[in-house]
Amino acid sequence: MNVELREIYKSFGPVHANNGINLKIQAGTIQGILGENGAGKSTLMKILSGFFRADQGEILLDDRLVSIHSPSDAIHHGVGMLHQDPLDFPPMRVIDNFILGHKGGLSTGQAEANRDFKKLSEQFSFFIDPDAYIDSLTVGERQQLEILRLIWLGARVLIFDEPTTGISAAQKVKLFEALRLLAQQGKTVLFVSHKLEDVEGLCTGVAVLRQGNLVGEVKQPYSTKKLVEMMFGKDIAVGERNPCSADDITVSLSKLSIEDYRLKVREVNLDLHCGEVIGMAGMEGSGQGLFLRAVGGMAHTVGGKILIGGRDLTGRSYQAFKKYGVAFLPAARLEEGLVPGLNLTEHFILAEKATGFFINWEKGHLLAEKRIKEFDVRGTPENTVESLSGGNQQRALLALLREPLNLLLLEHPTRGLDIESTIYIWNKLKERCKSGTSILFISSDLEEILQYSDRVLVFFSGKVTPALDSTTLTTEKLGELIGGKGWTESSSGGGE
Amino acid sequence: MRKNTWINLGFQVGALLLALLITTLILVAVGAPPIKSYLSIVKGAFGSTRNVVAVLITWSPLLLTTAGVLVTFSAGLWNIGMEGQMTMGAIFATGALRLFQNTSIPPAMIIALGILAGILGGALWAALAGALKTFGGVNEIFGGLGLNFVATALTIYLVFGPWKRPGVGSMSGTQPFNKILWLPTLPGTELSLWSLGISILVIGLVYLLLRGTHFGLRLKAVGKNSRAAFLMGVPTWQYSIFAFLLCGAFAGLAGGIQVTGIYHRLLPNISNGYGFLGLLVAMLVNYQAIWAIPIAFFFAALNFGSVQLQIQYKLDSSFAGVLQDLLVLLVLLGEGARQKLMKRR
Amino acid sequence: MDTNALLIGLAGVLATAAPVLFAVIGETITERAGIINLSLNGTILLSAMGGFTAAYKTGNIFLGFLTGMLIGALVALVIAFSSITLKQSQVAVGFVLALACRDLAYFLGVPVMNQSGPRLTIWSIPGLKDIPIAGTLFFKQDLITYLSFLVILLAWLWIFHTRPGLMLRGIGERPAAAFVRGANVKRLRYLYTILGGAIVGLAGPAYSLSVKAGWMGTMSGIDGIGWIALSITIFGGWNPLRAAFGAYLFAFLQWLGLVLQSKIPDVPTQVLQVAPFPLMILTLLLVNISDAEWVERILAAMPEKARRWTMKLLRALRASPPVSLGVPFESE
Repeated sequence: MNVELREIYKSFGPVHANNGINLKIQAGTIQGILGENGAGKSTLMKILSGFFRADQGEILLDDRLVSIHSPSDAIHHGVGMLHQDPLDFPPMRVIDNFILGHKGGLSTGQAEANRDFKKLSEQFSFFIDPDAYIDSLTVGERQQLEILRLIWLGARVLIFDEPTTGISAAQKVKLFEALRLLAQQGKTVLFVSHKLEDVEGLCTGVAVLRQGNLVGEVKQPYSTKKLVEMMFGKDIAVGERNPCSADDITVSLSKLSIEDYRLKVREVNLDLHCGEVIGMAGMEGSGQGLFLRAVGGMAHTVGGKILIGGRDLTGRSYQAFKKYGVAFLPAARLEEGLVPGLNLTEHFILAEKATGFFINWEKGHLLAEKRIKEFDVRGTPENTVESLSGGNQQRALLALLREPLNLLLLEHPTRGLDIESTIYIWNKLKERCKSGTSILFISSDLEEILQYSDRVLVFFSGKVTPALDSTTLTTEKLGELIGGKGWTESSSGGGE
Repeated sequence: MRKNTWINLGFQVGALLLALLITTLILVAVGAPPIKSYLSIVKGAFGSTRNVVAVLITWSPLLLTTAGVLVTFSAGLWNIGMEGQMTMGAIFATGALRLFQNTSIPPAMIIALGILAGILGGALWAALAGALKTFGGVNEIFGGLGLNFVATALTIYLVFGPWKRPGVGSMSGTQPFNKILWLPTLPGTELSLWSLGISILVIGLVYLLLRGTHFGLRLKAVGKNSRAAFLMGVPTWQYSIFAFLLCGAFAGLAGGIQVTGIYHRLLPNISNGYGFLGLLVAMLVNYQAIWAIPIAFFFAALNFGSVQLQIQYKLDSSFAGVLQDLLVLLVLLGEGARQKLMKRR
Repeated sequence: MDTNALLIGLAGVLATAAPVLFAVIGETITERAGIINLSLNGTILLSAMGGFTAAYKTGNIFLGFLTGMLIGALVALVIAFSSITLKQSQVAVGFVLALACRDLAYFLGVPVMNQSGPRLTIWSIPGLKDIPIAGTLFFKQDLITYLSFLVILLAWLWIFHTRPGLMLRGIGERPAAAFVRGANVKRLRYLYTILGGAIVGLAGPAYSLSVKAGWMGTMSGIDGIGWIALSITIFGGWNPLRAAFGAYLFAFLQWLGLVLQSKIPDVPTQVLQVAPFPLMILTLLLVNISDAEWVERILAAMPEKARRWTMKLLRALRASPPVSLGVPFESE
């Protein structure tokens, strides 16, 4: 089935996720959709699969206009999507997940479903026990189940959103075989990814999105350089950095290993100097989030040591880390960092060390005014935090930090912010560096990473590069590393 | 006042009117004359000095339980166990009075001990509910409810068992205490200015606590976003437990006052629904302590006034409960409707 | 006690468990869809009063039961509306409704208090009733008890052995995944909440027209049953069979209490009356305990064999709610 997307527009408030996208995909091909985080790939695919409704635009299947306004419309028209985190039901069995959503009568029709399941499994050489529970399967197996399910439902267009995140190499081989088989069968396969190697090896054509726009389409053979350029934009002049001459090591990580159910980050060694800024790059879910939280005492480590200011804080609670000068600024500003319903003055009072039993509202108000001015927060002390814009919320979060700090951990400090706020916030952060605070930050904006970091760590599937000197890095090289290419043996181990 | 405040007020008045409408329909359904019924309630509450005094007497324990609920609500907790905490307070107070009544300790001292014992009893019972939640994962609604029933059973056991009146145990409670162990009241009435004073003091204290202290602010932060509060350094579970203790203390205080100031003995159902009523008042005033004072008075008046309804029209006094419950329900629904309408703009 | 008296006593247990069963099964269905209906205590009282009144006034028992179902469904509708459409706190609204329905029941029930009204009679199933043991236990009951048996079976079949039941489980576990598979999550939640409420609405008349016939206001002795039913729902792990086991266990313990009381007169009656509640707390404790951090620490310190045995026990007791229970669903 041929797919055509015409003039697709979609905004979420002030954010333009899709800006007039036009794309045609031929049946029987594997079309790659490439782009960095926030480029709009997922949104576009979710529109095609009925999860979202486009603000404007049309979808045509086999040159016929169709209206896809809900997932059930999409299924009806034969469009199915495999989400990055498979949307299945962990407490239930494989066969239940297979059947659920299939139109049928009252009876479960389990016997027939079992037969069809077996037939399809053989076709794709997937070996999954229909009676096993989903939460005992690996991500790769859950994906395989979804593929079988969508085929069973009669899908002719299959969308795969970042399918190779979190699966083993062997499973990837199987997945690719399945995708090629599907294309051979005349189905239309859409492969959304950031991993250059996968896209280059698999897709007949690639469409690149950046910041909501379709930047271009290329066909095989591919030039990695061109793809990276399209994904990330051109090189920019790297700005001024602030080298700290102090030799003091404020943070020392030795053989640090962290695990969660999806990722393992193994044996990271890192020494942070006083006032140094280290940027962590990598696509979401590559391990940097986990790493950041572990260094802040909020995630369990399974090996290695964390020393802050010479003190061994491995295994201690978050409160201990806080006591010894570590602060964490979450990316989810309203969900984790601020308290909706309380105003700015109240936040400042909360963040300060309490003197006495009663709140001195006058003093608190003055403090709030002072900090608001210092950080140029567009808001009054009486404003509740949820009424502030993202940029001002971030400034408020920064303003809430106490001094002095040994280590400041930032999760996407300027995500969703305008240029002005970004520059302002970085100025404030650099001031902190001058007074000796080291900074570890995560960002998906390569320009930001290169401009403000002294050294850079790149994460990919749990693997970490050694700290790279940012003066010798280019956006192109960085993009390659993020996409999983150009890694040498000296990187630390990772995997699933 | 800004436009938003007018809209809010509008919704709340609307809820009141709608509640009155529904209760009017109910009255018609049971064959009672609506206007006369409402007037009868008003008369029952304010018709004579005696009635007003009775309302005031009802008002004070309600203020206490509301104060306690406000504290736990701020921490994001549903302390439904206040009934049991109040009962436990009454039991402890009675126990203390029984223990000391024949000693040479001055009576005023004994009364004070009794009230302190009440506070202790309520706080302990609340700590139990809090521990069940924090360490056992038992939802505080069920923990509280279960403990309520246990406290009631304990009361009945004591009243008919070890503490029963000489002769045969009766539902009217234990042997009343000697007059010297009664909280001093206004002459000719049962109203103790002590209890009224303490209650107003407590609600004022809670108001101050929640608005003007670091503790109150941190408590609110825990209730609204415990994750962010934790990141900011607030020891969340300790604050939760402390909220329970404080609330239980107030409930226990109310129980102690019931024993020393009003009934002068322990009887079954001494908590009389004040725990639940406190929850309703708190929900109605949207957790703003200062409004609790008049609303609690309104509810107390309704409660006492509807007794008149029973006498005059043979209607069950649970009518007051119906009106109160409907009011809160409609305010809650109105809040949801308002939020939905506001989103549309 | 001789065997026959024992059997009759146990048959009585099955009958007294019927109202609790309706409440528990109804709530299990509602919570499977992800909605908490906290108003059970009030709904049961109101439907008991309402059902009795309807039967009393018309002389038609079936109308009484129907009225009870209607009341249950209406209350559930309010819960559904405030939770799904208005997205208000299910706990708050449910709690207030529990109080409101209770007060309404007492207030409106005055005219029919202490009246004697119609009552279901035992209808022994011909043929089956003569089977030794099982006959006395199961087949010499009244209609509502037979219905309770049926409801357990139907609920279990529906949830675990039909395709729409599969979708029900899906909505409760992960509404986003159900949505992506084409389910209209909001509409289905409305339907199941109202259905669950209607079944709960059978519990009240099951008391006032059968087990504890009549309406006796505050002395009806059924105030509090709704809260117990809610905790049995949790204990039942949202599985109709396990929930039925909990309900029968509860009724059995109550009966046992009565029997023992006559044998051991020294134990105060209150102990037995109130015993369900600490038991309820205990079961809730056991059901959640495996999650507690301090328990994990203790387990880690235990010797291997003891630890494995304890963990098996804890895992068997564990009851995990449908993941989305109490959480409103937003699709965008």
